[in-house]
Amino acid sequence: MSAVTAEHKSAGAVAEASRRARQARVAGTLLIGLALLVLFVLNVGHGEVATFKLSRPRDAIVLPDLVVPGDFNLLVAAVLAFLGVRQFLRGGVRWTALSLGIGLAIVVMAFLVWATAGKSFSLTGMLQATMVRAVPIALGGLAGVLSERVAVVNIAIEGMLLAGAFTGALVGSLLGSWVGLAAAVAVGGMFGLILAALVVTYRMDQIIAGVVINLFVLGVTSYVSSQVFADARWMNNAKVFRAWKIPVLGDIPVIGPMLFNQNLFVYGALILVAIATYYLFHTKGGLRARAVGEHPRAADTLGVDVYRTRYLHVTLAGMVAGFGGAWFTLGSVGRFDENMTGGRGFIGLAAMIFGRWHPVGALSAALIFGFADSIQQKLALLNTPIPSEFLGMAPYIATIIVVAGLIGKSRPPAADGQPYTKE
Amino acid sequence: MTSSIGKRNLDEAGRKLLQRTSRGREEFEDLVVVPVFAVLAALVLGALIMLATGVDLPTIGRSFAALARGSVGSLNAISETLTASIPLVLAGLGLGLGFRAGLFNIGAEGQLLLGGTAAVVTTFSFPNLPFPLLMLLGLLAGAVVGALYASIAGILKATTGAHEVISTIMLNLISFRLLEYLLRQPYIQKEGRSDPISKSVPPGGELPRLLTDIDPNLRLHAGIFLMLLAVAFVWWLLFRSKIGFAFRASGANPDAARYAGMRSGLVIVAAMATAGALAGLAGAAQVQGVLGRASPGFSAGIGFDAIALALLGRSHPLGILVAGLLFGGLEAGGRQMQVDAGVSIDLIGIIQALIIVFIAAPLLVRAIFPWGFSRGGKGGKKA
Repeated sequence: MSAVTAEHKSAGAVAEASRRARQARVAGTLLIGLALLVLFVLNVGHGEVATFKLSRPRDAIVLPDLVVPGDFNLLVAAVLAFLGVRQFLRGGVRWTALSLGIGLAIVVMAFLVWATAGKSFSLTGMLQATMVRAVPIALGGLAGVLSERVAVVNIAIEGMLLAGAFTGALVGSLLGSWVGLAAAVAVGGMFGLILAALVVTYRMDQIIAGVVINLFVLGVTSYVSSQVFADARWMNNAKVFRAWKIPVLGDIPVIGPMLFNQNLFVYGALILVAIATYYLFHTKGGLRARAVGEHPRAADTLGVDVYRTRYLHVTLAGMVAGFGGAWFTLGSVGRFDENMTGGRGFIGLAAMIFGRWHPVGALSAALIFGFADSIQQKLALLNTPIPSEFLGMAPYIATIIVVAGLIGKSRPPAADGQPYTKE
Repeated sequence: MTSSIGKRNLDEAGRKLLQRTSRGREEFEDLVVVPVFAVLAALVLGALIMLATGVDLPTIGRSFAALARGSVGSLNAISETLTASIPLVLAGLGLGLGFRAGLFNIGAEGQLLLGGTAAVVTTFSFPNLPFPLLMLLGLLAGAVVGALYASIAGILKATTGAHEVISTIMLNLISFRLLEYLLRQPYIQKEGRSDPISKSVPPGGELPRLLTDIDPNLRLHAGIFLMLLAVAFVWWLLFRSKIGFAFRASGANPDAARYAGMRSGLVIVAAMATAGALAGLAGAAQVQGVLGRASPGFSAGIGFDAIALALLGRSHPLGILVAGLLFGGLEAGGRQMQVDAGVSIDLIGIIQALIIVFIAAPLLVRAIFPWGFSRGGKGGKKA
């Protein structure tokens, strides 16, 4: 990307090249900063070791503990410094994302080694917790992907999750967990349909419509839980779906407990992500949906019913979010509390952006956020000097960085957020 | 809406008058009829929700009576209504200003939290300063911190195009954690407490209560003057100042504004900062006038209610003032309703959400209430 070749290119290409060069510089600075952080803050005394437990004594296959010497962190710092300097020397245009990914992964490892130095720590337990915490975020993110791929901005995921959680608890207590789950999916879908009606038919501003649904669901669920549930506790006491261990696969060390010894919601989330990916990128319907999101006028001209597509996908998104919401009650505690989703829907939105509007991306981002969430819980146990609140903020700060395009580029569907009026 | 013809019983003269002033009539509908219908429809739906949750009719009657009594029924009620409306109007003005400039700032909640915390920290740091000085210093700190926090989203939007909705949502979530952390710091945390709660605002930093001579329980404080001043200031800023014109122009048509030589980046940052300052001021007024200290979630959703308020008030300072008084009344009346009729105050949240649905979707209101509107009125306008 030298100046000589840039002269021959259009202004857009020059801007693109300078943007990439800036990204490479930002990434390089970040990597060198992380190297310094690992070297000076996360330094482990020579000779100290961190012990990671890979399996529990009762497991079918018992692996020995993984013992990492403290000098591992010096190696991490060296690798980070190398990657950072390389960004500056080579412009690093092609390898920016990869270097950053590797860099962040080994920083997390160094962090774990530092936090557990001199103690022992169950890696398997944390990975299992990560997966569980990632479920509502992943499903929220998937709901976001489904509706934003047809260009409807969905701020209402939070409200849909809350509605799913509430319905799951109420109907689950009255008619059993399976009916509760079905009702949660149906109510989530209903709010999806309402959102679609407000923005497609009544042409309400998409963000206002989302905010309104959130406020409305929060109001109704809080009202009913203090007006009705407070006196009638039996209406808010559903049976929880237990974990189903898949034979053989569930006995694999480390990943077995994480992936194959979980409850319905974890399997459901993984299957839905797979189905959504296949649907969006490998079927006719998915292609049409994406066309509606990128260029509704063109899609309309080719005979795709834009309104119907939007109604359908936003309703589906609501159903996915309703399923994710049921996790809070039917998949976890069985009881509904006011505002129990606590902003998970917004984190799902962040996961969607982080995952570049792709189901698998959203799932991966959700796993990262779930990891940050579960590590935050563990930090208190390990007595590290870093305040857990800052770790809790990390996913949000990372999302802002991605949205601002400082590192990597996350492009929404071209028509995202714009209403479409048929001529 | 063809069926509305039959329902129209205006005499010929009236109809002519209407036609002559049809432009004014449409504006009147947009500014007055839609909000009034929205509030009425929301109250009716609220009653239906009460019915659905097993509340009997006499209790519903009593709860609406309590709602009225608790909002305007006595001097204490009016004082509570005004007290509740102060932070709502201040934050709502900020959001309305943002809407005018084409910015959707969801971050008022976070700006309010950090502004309020800054006001508390500033006032207890200088407990020896005399009364008006310390109070003003606290308010200033709240406004400055709110403005700075909002500017992050403004600067990101101006320089990188990051959408302010996403960045302000994230800034909200960050502010909740940040507050939790700050309130545990030894300098800020109240002595002898293990839960996150700040030291108190010293007497010299409080916004003085105005009506304690009549009854010491009346909580109305000097923030009411701040609120009125802010209404006047925002009105002047939007409709009489050069920068306000730039705000409105870039909100109405960003491209035209840019071709007219307005610096769009500067306008975005300035609008976000002003909105944040007003939200921060709302937080400061709340801690210095009512709460006396900061605790997690002391904003109690004011920043989100303010979004509803700004929409209801049509982003006009006077409209926001009226909407703020209405919401303040609902808040105060809701508490009375909970005490008298045993109906949860969360019902108010539902009513507020319904009000915005009807406000923000004029097509929907016109579909439900075809009468009261001139024929063929154009809907679908964004608030």
